[in-house]
Amino acid sequence: MIQLYKMAWRNLGRNRRRTFFSMLALACGVALLLFMAAFVAGEMRDSLQSAIRLHSGHLQVWAASYDEDRTSLAWEDLLENPDALAAQIAARPEVRVATPRLYATGIVVAGATSTGVRVVGIDPDSPASAPFREGMVSGDYLAPDDRGGLLMGRTLAEKLHLSPGDTVNLLVNTANGDVDEQRFVIRGIYSTGIPGYDESTLFLPLSKAQAMTRAENHASVIFILLKDQAQTDAVAAALQGPAYQVKTYRQLNALLSEFEEYANGMMFVFYLIVLGITVTVIVNTLVMSVFERTREIGILAAMGMRTGRIMALFFAESSLLALGGIVMGVVLGSLIAAYVQKHGIFLGDFGMTGILIGERIYAYLTLKDVIMLSAMAFVITLLASLYPALLAARLEPIVALRAEK
Amino acid sequence: MEVVRVENATRVYRTGKVETYALRGVSLSIESGEFTGLVGPSGSGKTTLLQLMGCLDQPTEGRVYIKGKDVSRLSRNQRADMRRGNIGFIFQFFALIPTLTAYENVEMPLLLNGQGAAERRKRVMELLEAVGMAERAHHRPDQLSGGEQQRVAIARALAARPSLILADEPTANLDTPNGQQVMEIMRRLNQETGVTFVFATHDPRVIRYARRVITLRDGLVVADDVAGVRSPEA
Repeated sequence: MIQLYKMAWRNLGRNRRRTFFSMLALACGVALLLFMAAFVAGEMRDSLQSAIRLHSGHLQVWAASYDEDRTSLAWEDLLENPDALAAQIAARPEVRVATPRLYATGIVVAGATSTGVRVVGIDPDSPASAPFREGMVSGDYLAPDDRGGLLMGRTLAEKLHLSPGDTVNLLVNTANGDVDEQRFVIRGIYSTGIPGYDESTLFLPLSKAQAMTRAENHASVIFILLKDQAQTDAVAAALQGPAYQVKTYRQLNALLSEFEEYANGMMFVFYLIVLGITVTVIVNTLVMSVFERTREIGILAAMGMRTGRIMALFFAESSLLALGGIVMGVVLGSLIAAYVQKHGIFLGDFGMTGILIGERIYAYLTLKDVIMLSAMAFVITLLASLYPALLAARLEPIVALRAEK
Repeated sequence: MEVVRVENATRVYRTGKVETYALRGVSLSIESGEFTGLVGPSGSGKTTLLQLMGCLDQPTEGRVYIKGKDVSRLSRNQRADMRRGNIGFIFQFFALIPTLTAYENVEMPLLLNGQGAAERRKRVMELLEAVGMAERAHHRPDQLSGGEQQRVAIARALAARPSLILADEPTANLDTPNGQQVMEIMRRLNQETGVTFVFATHDPRVIRYARRVITLRDGLVVADDVAGVRSPEA
């Protein structure tokens, strides 16, 4: 066995340049795939964290009949006296913050253009609103008692050519099924770094939103962030009661999980294609090597080497090639991924709705991806080298011995 | 004891519709310890006969026995097993594995036979000494002369203690002194170890060494002489 690898090693050393380039082909393939895997993993991780931070929280408490898709404002679908409920939830030791939010659908009209928006009534002073406060790009942040101002996302403001101090008309649905319209001043413009979110979300102070929509002392949800994401299920179970629905971030971001599954499936196909291409280079190298060494294979066969062992020799060569290529690829891929993990790649407005994808994507390379891809590259290389190995093993010794060199 | 018996062996090569008879019914027997030359012009069937005796090829008709065992219809791997245990080869070109040192080349049949490291080391050095190559044990084939390579090939052929060594034109690519040296070594090892040698040649200087000379022409044995006693050429 050791002798087999020694021979394989020396055989690879005969044409060092060819061996190096074969390894490099595999290395480039592995590096590319590692980077892709890290990119997708980073994107998914960031989207989920963004979704938790901005939109879903770790948990939400809803009224028993609340339907997120309808954004109902009927009182029976809302939580009554939400501040008290939020305070009660916030008193739990696992909870970092719990704050009421009111959701309404609306249309913002600026001059001749209008666009549909999601109006969110927030407590501007709550720590849960920090991403908006910290994301202010111009103008002023909301004060809790502001009655005539709103916060607009940068993407929407740019689209409508609006700046802080400009006024817009906002139409919203109300609790009794009417539509109310009021004039608001754009107090400030925020950016969360996620164009899709910023384009569709307007903020009002909770009390103003409640007054305008006639929701009065009601909120759509209690938005909850935990100290530790891992406690989500435990806290959800503790909060469960007949009057409420408790939703976890996984339920609230089901689309994201589905997308992740879909993306992983696509990636797998992509892995197979890229590895398939790179592996042909290795197969080509080995096939050339079989032809160059025909007589030598004949000598080994004449000495009584069985076909299985001749095949094993070629498998040893391909496994060394694969190993070299994979090590190079992992090093190269990790370096690229590490760079992108630190600095990110600017994508701009990806134009995707439903999933919060940031303007800048940071790679996230996991050990699992490294191991999975390395194993896959190794197995595919070995499978592909079955062909040259069979080619060598099937050589008739007398024909092989007759070969020129 | 009979090492090889060939019974009415025919070997036909088919290329498309053309049939070429390399052997046309050859029968012979080689006893243990013989030092026998196969002679005859090119195309007379010397190499084909060596290949049949070496289990590298199989007769189209007829039988080949190695130490009493019929090897005419063995599978590929069975023939490999038969060669590994019983037959050593010396080829016209110095058929060493170029990536392995002289030592490792001689060691290869022992590795294939699964012998232990200590036993291998002892055997390899013993053989390299016997062919006068112990000092160059760790040189690769490209660092050795043709004569030296052929001496290593002889050591390798003997390594697994085969009962039969087949040599196909062992001196054809060597100059006279080297060719003589190779033949001397082969003869000495034949005498010392009793291993049977059969070699094909058309070099009269090599034929001199044979104690039995089998002459082939057009795929038939036309003469079979013990040294000194020449049968009239057919």
